[in-house]
This record gives sequence, C-alpha cells and structure tokens, in this order.
Amino acid sequence: MSKIRFLLPLVLLACLVWFLGAGLKLDPKEVPSPLIGRPAPDFQLTQLDNAQTVVSRADMVGQVWILNVWASWCAACREEHPVLLRFAARTPVVIMGLDYKDERAAGQRWLRNFGNPYRASLFDEDGRVGIDWGVYGVPETFVIDKEGIVRFKHIGPLTDEVIQTRLEPLIRSLNG
Amino acid sequence: MAKWILMLCLAWWGSSGTWAKEAIPAAENPALEAQMMQIAKELRCLVCQNQTIAESHAALAIDLRQQVREQLLAGKTSDQIYTYMTARYGDFVLYRPPLKSSTYLLWLGPIVLMVLGLMALLLVLHRRSKLPDNAFDADDADISSST
Repeated sequence: MSKIRFLLPLVLLACLVWFLGAGLKLDPKEVPSPLIGRPAPDFQLTQLDNAQTVVSRADMVGQVWILNVWASWCAACREEHPVLLRFAARTPVVIMGLDYKDERAAGQRWLRNFGNPYRASLFDEDGRVGIDWGVYGVPETFVIDKEGIVRFKHIGPLTDEVIQTRLEPLIRSLNG
Repeated sequence: MAKWILMLCLAWWGSSGTWAKEAIPAAENPALEAQMMQIAKELRCLVCQNQTIAESHAALAIDLRQQVREQLLAGKTSDQIYTYMTARYGDFVLYRPPLKSSTYLLWLGPIVLMVLGLMALLLVLHRRSKLPDNAFDADDADISSST
C-alpha cells in the first residue's frame, strides 16, 4: 500500500504528460473530412480555360485521380505550386484543379504565369462545389479512386514529403 | 477638457452606431433572417474556429449563411440543414456535438472526473474522522486567538 502511495503521483504525472504530448501533435486546423470512404460529391463545372466544356463527376470515374483546390488569390497555393508541378511531371495520375471562388481571367493568368500542372481546372466561381466537397481552406487535395470514392484529403499546401509518404503509396495501392 | 471628453464620447458613440448598422444583414425577409441566424449560431466557422457562422465575417461563413438561407426558402427543416453541413464538414461544424460512441468521453468525462473527485474527498474525510485526536496537530495559539 505504501509503495502504491509513492507511485500514484508518478503514474498520474505520466498520464498527464501523455495527454499533453498527444495534444501537441493534434492540429485543430485539420478537420477530419467525413468524405473519406464515401462517394465523391457530384459536380458539373466548366473548364477554366474553356467555358463551353463541362466536366462532371461521371467523366472521372474509372481512374484514380487527384483533385487539387486552388485559387489565384491564395498565397499558400503559390507556395504549393512548384511541388505540384514537380509531382505532375513524374506521375501518370490525372491531376484536376478546382479553381475555387476565382475570376476566370485571373485564374487563367495565374496558370500562364506559374505553370499548369493540371489536366484541366474546373471553374467554381461561386464556391458551391467547394462547399459540397467540404473545402474550407485553400489549397486542399483529394485522392479519388476508380469507383469514385474519396480516399484521402490533405489540407494546406502539399509538400514533397506528403506526396512521397502519403500520396504516392496510396496511388500505387489504388492502381495495383 | 470636458469638451474634449464629450467629443471623444460622441465620436465613439457615432462610430459604434455605424458598426451596429453594418452588422445588420441586408435581408428583405427579417423572419427568414432570424431563422437563418438561429441555425448559424449552432454552426462552427471552419476558417476561424472559435466563431459561429452567424458571427464570422469569413467568406466561407458568408457563403454558408447563404446556403442556410436558400435551404430554408426551399422548405428544409433545421435538422436537414445540420445534416447537410455535417455531411460536408463533419460533426466538427456543430457547436453541440452529438452524443455517440466517439464522443462519450467528451460528454461524460467531466461527470466521471467530478464523481472520482467527490469519492476521493469522501474517502479522505471518512478516514480522518476515524483518526484518534492525537493524530492531529493542536490548533495554533496565534490563529485561535485572532479568530
């Protein structure tokens, strides 16, 4: 009994330290998406560079693809852009852009100036499709499998590390 | 000096008045707006996480208020609107997360902690009540005389 008396505060301290340590690793800005494991939300949007061409969810089914949400007004997207360009140059996976709450001319100019890693960018002028996808902080990146199920979401700028440790292994397993 | 204070007060009063005016949403239908705000007060703004969608000025909060407005006009109930929001942003958008297996600790944790604390207190008091008198220090003379 007297031994437990000495150990008890130590055990309590260890518990507290564990909770505080776990708390440090949590990022409250990263809200887990309820979309993971669920069918990708439907959309029908025109392409950024061609207001006549409409792309819908059905057009994408049958292949693994990436949806990257960006905007010309988004500073973090500038930071992410070179990473995305490098990734697009080496991956066979289709990367689609979602130009979120932007002006068509501004979005087009942005891609001309900084390079275009996307097969095509969907133009979401009023942000409706963004809301359906649960977008709240640009940039965001989704991986969608062949059946149209959302498998992964990354909030904030992609880094080489995230691409190598999360995206690429996932894409390999989805394609395998 | 008094004049200055008066002018400052007037300036403050005037400016706070204009703020209040800007905060009033320009809606044609005050009943709808009130209903919308009631729902928006229960929803967390994803961008500025310690604000509700009702009080946030973030672009997303403005968009979501518009969504609530449109869905109310389309005859949706508040429960249907909460379902719409959680389908997109998860339980995180709700200021009152639902009671389910993943939130038991959140809801019941404080009660459990309080019960444990009360039990510990009762245990200590019970033990002390059984101790003989000579287990306690005598009252300090200073303290007893001062009270």
